[in-house]
Amino acid sequence: MTAVIETGGLGKRYRRLWALADCTLSVPAGHVVGLVGPNGAGKTTLLGLATGMLAPTAGTIEVLGGRPGAGPAQLARVGYLAQDAPVYAGLPVADHLKLGAHLNPGWDAELARARIKRLDLDPGQKAGALSGGQRAQLALTLAVAKRPELLILDEPVASLDPLARREFLQYLMESVGEQSLSVVLSSHLVADLERVCDYLIVLVGSRVQVAGPVEELLATHHLLSGPRRDPGSLPDGMRVISASHTDVQSTLLVRTSGPVLDPAWMVSGVGLEDLVLAYMSQAAGRGRRNHLEVQR
Amino acid sequence: MIEFHLDGRSGVAPYMQLIHQVRQALRLGLLRVGDQLPKVKDVAAGLAINPNTVLKAYRELEYEGLAAARPGIGTFVTGTLDGGSLAAHGPLRRDLQRWLAKARRAGLDEESIEALFVSTFRSAGEEEIA
Repeated sequence: MTAVIETGGLGKRYRRLWALADCTLSVPAGHVVGLVGPNGAGKTTLLGLATGMLAPTAGTIEVLGGRPGAGPAQLARVGYLAQDAPVYAGLPVADHLKLGAHLNPGWDAELARARIKRLDLDPGQKAGALSGGQRAQLALTLAVAKRPELLILDEPVASLDPLARREFLQYLMESVGEQSLSVVLSSHLVADLERVCDYLIVLVGSRVQVAGPVEELLATHHLLSGPRRDPGSLPDGMRVISASHTDVQSTLLVRTSGPVLDPAWMVSGVGLEDLVLAYMSQAAGRGRRNHLEVQR
Repeated sequence: MIEFHLDGRSGVAPYMQLIHQVRQALRLGLLRVGDQLPKVKDVAAGLAINPNTVLKAYRELEYEGLAAARPGIGTFVTGTLDGGSLAAHGPLRRDLQRWLAKARRAGLDEESIEALFVSTFRSAGEEEIA
């Protein structure tokens, strides 16, 4: 299966600041990919590079085997929904569909019409008068009716209330089930992604911390607790992601492909949220140390 | 047709929850051979979960011989789990209801009833093994 996004040493610099650095990824097709990280981690930059709206400073990126934004054929294959689901406030709903039909060669007018009807949106109403949830649904309808192979969504549910959030994800999952659609969506909340994503990329401090199928990530990360000991004494192939110690006990979150054989450890599984948080705090810890070194 | 639900705090993987619910419905006779399982697309849309999760659950049920996919139509029940005991459910349920009423009259609250049932169930199971 071909990769939907393939990058090698990809980087983007704004003046002296690297918004994304040394990013090497290969995301297979047919997944719903969650791109998680705190605000300012570089998520929007990576998505901007994938759509071709930004040009890389370093490295390479291919989307669906082509150069992002290279000509009408490539543009037609990728749908993009920017942060806060922008629509034209002064244009009625019906005109948004007309616009979609004129701008997109693969436009599915029937799908768009049926969807607007099911949402109970008045075609004559101006988009600016819609609720936040309705605006997001209109924007998603436009992106799906374009019939892309890859749909990229930047923080699609961040500004929505819980009900609108659920409805948005329901429609997104329905579309994934109906069409052979790969999806990449970013969020700073893991809880949003837990149900919908089967592939995860954790991005912190402009660098990819971990990436892979959710199932594999959950199967290879374990929480170990036992008598206090030096993490350096662990077997090869076991990587410590986070560690905390009391005077008698050590608790470690480790990544290992093999089983944990040492009977001194009590081994338990890790939820997606804990896993992401461990990588985030690991990266944040590194950031703090660097900061201190600069001050000295 | 059954309807799935998900418990986000149970810690059980969503695809396992779907499998449990089908097995439970088979045991209770809510699903019979020939019945159609909810369409993947509808489950994904209803629960806002990844369609691949639903597919995975259905594949597992196929592997267990409980369901079979008919391409382009859907997934259908092909096996049962009631072991032919479904006819006995009615009388057993009535016995249990009588017992529950007795326990309430004796002053047990719901938590105590559940604890008593679970501990008795466990010790009976252990005696059988021993």
